[in-house]
Amino acid sequence: MSGILAVLEQRDGALHRMSLEALAAAQQFGAELHLPVFAAVLGHGVEPVAQALANYDIQKIHAIDHELLAAYTPDGYTIALKQLIESHRAGYVVFPHTYQVRDFAPKLATALDRVLIGDVIGHRVDDGALVLVRQLFQGKINADLRFEGEPPYFASIQAGAFRADSLRSGTAKVETITPDLKAEQIRTKPLELFRESQRAVNLGAAEIIVSVGRGIKEAANIPIVQKLADALGAELAGSRPVCDTGWLPMERQVGSSGQTVAPKLYLAVGISGAIQHLVGMKGSKTIVAINKDPEAPIFEVADYGIVGDLFEVVPALIEALNEG
Amino acid sequence: MKIVVAIKQVPSRDSQLRIGGAAATWIEEGDLAYEINEPDAYALESGLQLKEKLTGEVVVLCAGPERASQTIREALAKGADRAIHIETDQPGSSDPLALARMMAKALASEKPDLILTGLQSDDLGYGQTGVILAEVMGLPHASIVMNVEAAGSGIKVKRELEDGWFQHVKMPLPALLTIQSGATKLRYATLMGIKKAKTKEVRRVPAAELAAPAQPSITLDRIYMPEKTKQSQIFDGTAKEAAAKLVDKLRFEARVL
Repeated sequence: MSGILAVLEQRDGALHRMSLEALAAAQQFGAELHLPVFAAVLGHGVEPVAQALANYDIQKIHAIDHELLAAYTPDGYTIALKQLIESHRAGYVVFPHTYQVRDFAPKLATALDRVLIGDVIGHRVDDGALVLVRQLFQGKINADLRFEGEPPYFASIQAGAFRADSLRSGTAKVETITPDLKAEQIRTKPLELFRESQRAVNLGAAEIIVSVGRGIKEAANIPIVQKLADALGAELAGSRPVCDTGWLPMERQVGSSGQTVAPKLYLAVGISGAIQHLVGMKGSKTIVAINKDPEAPIFEVADYGIVGDLFEVVPALIEALNEG
Repeated sequence: MKIVVAIKQVPSRDSQLRIGGAAATWIEEGDLAYEINEPDAYALESGLQLKEKLTGEVVVLCAGPERASQTIREALAKGADRAIHIETDQPGSSDPLALARMMAKALASEKPDLILTGLQSDDLGYGQTGVILAEVMGLPHASIVMNVEAAGSGIKVKRELEDGWFQHVKMPLPALLTIQSGATKLRYATLMGIKKAKTKEVRRVPAAELAAPAQPSITLDRIYMPEKTKQSQIFDGTAKEAAAKLVDKLRFEARVL
């Protein structure tokens, strides 16, 4: 096999923020398994993005360029990457665990008769083989997984699992390749991207955020946490289920489909802490969790926690704040 | 339009999980309550709404042990017309490709126009089975779908992207979609629906009739409780005592207030 291929995501010439973390993972796997690291970016006119990676320690950067790759489609990306992986005989193929990767990487792996290990949060090398860690049951349990049989082996890396600032620098060659791709092979027709809310609320600028989850039970209870936010001078935010049901507006959603925040204080009230939420807030300086379930994964990232009924704890907290 | 909705039965969200046995390869299942996987409930709702708009049939497909019959009955009570139950006792250990191949075989005689499923399961959370099934069956797909509408001879779907972005995608039929939670309101089963469900057809297919022996390409080594990445301080006592301690720590230790 010939090394590790990091497939990096770009849109309109800008790398996705998780791309460099996936590259860092590839470099680390490469160092531990003694394998060279390659990278690939796909699109149309992607050579400048590929050149921007040339200062990292990579053997070669493949700029996979085709006008049919200008807009992302699962068919186009799968066909183009399958050609590269087969001709290149890649041993490991590493992706950032983005929404786009979730859309095509399982298809690509299937096309090569393999299964992707997705959403990877850690790794170790055991007797020369890579063991990858991912979460089950909404983050309540971790699992170690291994690849079996012949390569290629596919893995996608969750945000925050590897650090982009640990990337080793070097000099990399860029090679532009044109995949063999025909318009009739692409069955879906992607239309324009759009946003619905005006994003009037910039949660990223808030110093303190009170965030509420399913534990609040119904819309009528939102004022309870609003009072806590007011007592702290905080912005009120919510987990995905709370915003989906309309108890809070969509622009107040924290997590992978909402905003990513890193305030100095983040209070998670009645939030269990699914990975999609954690990736949006775990960079916060101080994290407080209030939840009735002591096993809730939110406690794994919390600095301070109270296990209890939020309908008792939150009023007590407001009182304690007002006393001081 | 013939719509297949693939659903899964999973431990209910509030379950206290314990790791079972010395081999530590799966959870203790004995004392758990089970329910339909939440994103699959939204896939079923989308399927039922499409059927109401376009007429046709909704067929539920579910792989699982005997206890999954309950979840299948609930789907029939909500309005699905009939069901296919792939009987398998191995929900944890089989990889998603092996499962998708079984599902494709079970659907071979069905020729659906549209296959819907939740974007991921709340237990294993691979988030792959739908996309893999599309590839195994040679169908185009879209994942993380919020809305589906008819468009000419095909469909137009609204996909959720990251950071508040969305995208419409047009595609021909037959196709497979993985459905995101929360985009619509879920219906309840009516009394009449529950009564009718008892007489609806459930085709049971033993997994052994579908599975071709193959080497898995990934294996689950072991499962374990996550190690804490942070040393968290948990405050005990009454709500009042715990709240007072927390405020004190936030003021004088973390100094964030």
